[in-house]
Amino acid sequence: MVLAFMYLPMLSLIVQSFNESKYGGKWMGFSLKWYQALFHDKAVIDATLNTLWVAFMATIVSVILGTGAAWALNRFQSRMQQINYTLFSAPLMVPDLLMGISLLLLFVNLGVSLGLTTVILAHITFCVSFVTFTVLARLQDFDFTLIQAARDLGAGNWKIFRKIVLPLIAPGIVAGALMAFTLSMDDFVVTFFVGGPGSTTLPVKVYSMIKHGAPAIINALSVVFMAMTLTIALAGQFLMRKKY
Amino acid sequence: MSKKPSSSVQGKSRDSLLSVPLMAWLVVFFFVPTLLIFAMAFKVPDVSGGIAEAWTLDTLSGIFKSDYLLVIWRTFWVSLTVTAICMVLSVPVGYWVAQQNPKYRYWYLILIIVPLWTNFLIRIFAWRMVLHPEGFLRSLLLKLGIISDDVFLLNNLFAVIIVTVYTCLPFAILPIYAAAEKFDYSLMAAARDLGASRFLAFWKIFIPGIRRGIFSALLLTLIPALGSYAIPDLVGGVESGLIGNKIAAKISFARNLPEASALSALLWVIIATLALALILWQRKAHKINGQNGQNANDHPPAPTAP
Repeated sequence: MVLAFMYLPMLSLIVQSFNESKYGGKWMGFSLKWYQALFHDKAVIDATLNTLWVAFMATIVSVILGTGAAWALNRFQSRMQQINYTLFSAPLMVPDLLMGISLLLLFVNLGVSLGLTTVILAHITFCVSFVTFTVLARLQDFDFTLIQAARDLGAGNWKIFRKIVLPLIAPGIVAGALMAFTLSMDDFVVTFFVGGPGSTTLPVKVYSMIKHGAPAIINALSVVFMAMTLTIALAGQFLMRKKY
Repeated sequence: MSKKPSSSVQGKSRDSLLSVPLMAWLVVFFFVPTLLIFAMAFKVPDVSGGIAEAWTLDTLSGIFKSDYLLVIWRTFWVSLTVTAICMVLSVPVGYWVAQQNPKYRYWYLILIIVPLWTNFLIRIFAWRMVLHPEGFLRSLLLKLGIISDDVFLLNNLFAVIIVTVYTCLPFAILPIYAAAEKFDYSLMAAARDLGASRFLAFWKIFIPGIRRGIFSALLLTLIPALGSYAIPDLVGGVESGLIGNKIAAKISFARNLPEASALSALLWVIIATLALALILWQRKAHKINGQNGQNANDHPPAPTAP
């Protein structure tokens, strides 16, 4: 009985990949022409570049903010940090719709025009909590006596950071970064709300392509996209498991 | 990244300042905007689609018109249905995977998680193709005589429910599995020894035992379901708008930001209420069962027959 349930999602996935094999339309034959069309479609290429740029920027800032926060959270059990812990988990509970709207209202009120920058700011906002908790999970194993030892040996703070802390938490940071990157690339609703003309990202483009008929390019695009996110996610998994 | 001055030996307390940037960021980009949602509900839309300077209660009262209430009701019961289905499906799956050989468990989890790694919209699109009137599935069902000719699988609430369940299911399975993995199955064996049927043991021991997982799963399913927008938009057709769709409509083609605000504020209140209710319920259940749990641990499992 339970096995049937197990296979339900799998079946959907298989059906999905079956659908995505319609390279030439209704099985008119295996053809790579959709992929070719894909690479020549300027709008799609623009959207892809936008997506990558946004994801990149969002990831960097999220990592900086999130790692610092995770460090402080792990180190101290003070009242302030406990409050912070709750604060940082709040964005995780909110559906993207509400986050999108709230940010849109912010930007409209401040008179900021919508564009790639606002998209980046929005992405950072929802990525950063994920990074914080990912790094935090990794930090649980961190041995603070190492820092004490280094201090006793006379090392300065910056040196301690560079030579001891950074290498040890690097896998956690990278895992967090990959997570942020994937989340950013995947996001649709928030981007839809806070983006302006010219700041279309891939998911938004896919959405409009779906809405306005379904050129077979979408299939090819889907496969490419799937491959990309799969690779990134697998890399993230691998890094989370790596023992230092 | 270190922002500490280099000469401090007792860098400890300065370290805690490392969380300040994030705190500041979230205040500006998350908490203030959330407040704005409530504030803007009291404003008047201006002609060019922005927000005028005036304050009014009209927008809010306009929300409680009948057509919005219908949408809210629909959102509610669709989300509840989706959550119920997800729970019914995920508990057996979590139980089953936790029973498996540890070697293979990892692979089953991967199988469940892999779909999440594909883009959300693409998965919806794939379902659109599957449920398409001229698609494989429908032709099959028609041939088998299971459905009649005027039944469609797409562009209705049925599609919305199925696709939402599909997207939410992994989020329900994972917390349940995590709780199921930590569960002490000898308690079930003890219950069986004491004469309970399999079903009774499952219901009275296992389910309360994975309480935490169930609560997480409930939260992780209900909240996204309430806020869903893309799914109803792409597979729901004209008649299945949920709150998310109405809000989005007020942002794009029927632009009226204060109204969008008011609707969002309403959604926010609904979600916050449900989340709080769930959290409080969990606390209460935890307290009661915490005591029972202690009692259970005091008695050793029933001795095997001599």
